[in-house]
Amino acid sequence: MTVATLRTTSPEAGAGRAAIAARTLRTDRWWIPPLTTAVGLIAWITYATVRVFMQKDYFVADYHYLTPFYSPCISNGCVPESAHFGTFLPDVWWLPYAALTLPFLLLFRMTCYYYRKAYYRAFWFSPPACAVAEPHAKYTGETRFPLIGQNLHRYFFYAAVLISLINTYDAIKAFETGDGEFGIGLGNLVLLVNVVALWAYTASCHSCRSIIGGRLNHFSQHPVRYKLWGWVTRLNGKHMQLAWLTLGTLALTDFYIMAVSAGWFSDPRIIN
Amino acid sequence: MGNQEHFRVWRGDDETGDFVDYDVEVNEGEVVLDIIHRIQATQAPDLAVRWNCKAGKCGSCSAEINGRPRLLCMTRMSTLPPGEPIVVTPMRTFPVIRDLVTDVSFNYEKAREVRAFVPPEGVAPGDYRMQQVDVERSQEFRKCIECFLCQDTCHVLRDHEENKPAFAGPRFLMRVAELDMHPLDAAAEQGLNRKEAAQDEHGLGFCNITKCCSEVCPEHIKITDNALIPLKERVVDLKFDPLIRRKKRARRA
Repeated sequence: MTVATLRTTSPEAGAGRAAIAARTLRTDRWWIPPLTTAVGLIAWITYATVRVFMQKDYFVADYHYLTPFYSPCISNGCVPESAHFGTFLPDVWWLPYAALTLPFLLLFRMTCYYYRKAYYRAFWFSPPACAVAEPHAKYTGETRFPLIGQNLHRYFFYAAVLISLINTYDAIKAFETGDGEFGIGLGNLVLLVNVVALWAYTASCHSCRSIIGGRLNHFSQHPVRYKLWGWVTRLNGKHMQLAWLTLGTLALTDFYIMAVSAGWFSDPRIIN
Repeated sequence: MGNQEHFRVWRGDDETGDFVDYDVEVNEGEVVLDIIHRIQATQAPDLAVRWNCKAGKCGSCSAEINGRPRLLCMTRMSTLPPGEPIVVTPMRTFPVIRDLVTDVSFNYEKAREVRAFVPPEGVAPGDYRMQQVDVERSQEFRKCIECFLCQDTCHVLRDHEENKPAFAGPRFLMRVAELDMHPLDAAAEQGLNRKEAAQDEHGLGFCNITKCCSEVCPEHIKITDNALIPLKERVVDLKFDPLIRRKKRARRA
């Protein structure tokens, strides 16, 4: 038995805690998950920002493929066939063509209970990992402005439902070719997978779970809501995976449509 | 004969302390608590450790192993990296009494602050009747063994001693959620709004749902997803959702 030479002072001197100065004694690679999260989110945000301000290669007129980053296209700069809801925003470089919906989607994800965990850990280090001390001297959590605004998540959920309906309309509309005939191509499948994933992510939202039935105390008196709550609860267990899956499907769908629109390759057709 | 492992155990009291090194025999199938007991038996008879059931049900032997809050009795030696020193410390969120034993009375104070179940009027104890679907959510929370590992790992308490008066911690917010979801709790009839209390008295707003409480729970209770977030959503119903408030007012009228 040897007495270690390290003699330390408690970071919470006076609180009577064990006098251990180390920020953490974890020996595993605890920094990998927050680093991976940060890299993934930065990469996606960079791609999305570049794309929404490109203002080109967002629509394939031959097959009515419209990227979700430009849906609904409501700028005066939109290709007329891509504007299903009219155009009324000025065509200026700093205003995305889908400027009406993108802020709500951004806020839906920013206030999402999964993304909150992800960015509080990866960017704000609050905490960076479990049992790893955060660097901040003070902490007030979500008790005051601006973070108390996280409580508005359910309103952005309502908006996300409406936007998912628009995305669904886009995916259905894409089964009509430029000539007005029914057609199916690889792009349709990409759009379809994306919209199914978006619905799954939206329905798995914690606010949705509460609205559907979580706020009830007597499930036995609301059998339909209880059943729905059970389904949402099962989806909710995969909320993190769905959050990342939809980032992937959104970027992939957008990239596919950009590639076809820019003529990098042609859409493989199954029917028409 | 087992193999030799190197242990670094924090020893001290509420004023000062050191890591003390022990080389100790480890046999197949043993848990960390076995090794701590062997150190007590062979090298350090005055080493203080709290334990009781050695079956992961009493919640007594909470400590930190290689920096992670865990039960000493439920951490198999075979799950730790072989050949590396194994560091054992007391829980770092609570005042230390001696060696691996901490004073967890903070939690008992917080427990007392949560007002108890309010029985419904006119229903005698023993006559309570509830549907299984109405209570199964709360039954998950009743698995809690009160090891206080969630309280220990929660950064709101662990990294900010100053938050202790205002924040009850995940274990007791889960208790508030349990009572608020209880089909027979008549607190509201007695003028007690548990949602309001969760936010204003127990500090629910401090929780930033980073899920460490769920990660360390030895009973695998989904504290964040099934208690804290639903409770936050119920608080939103009460305080941040004018639509719901209006609907409730209309129903009362």
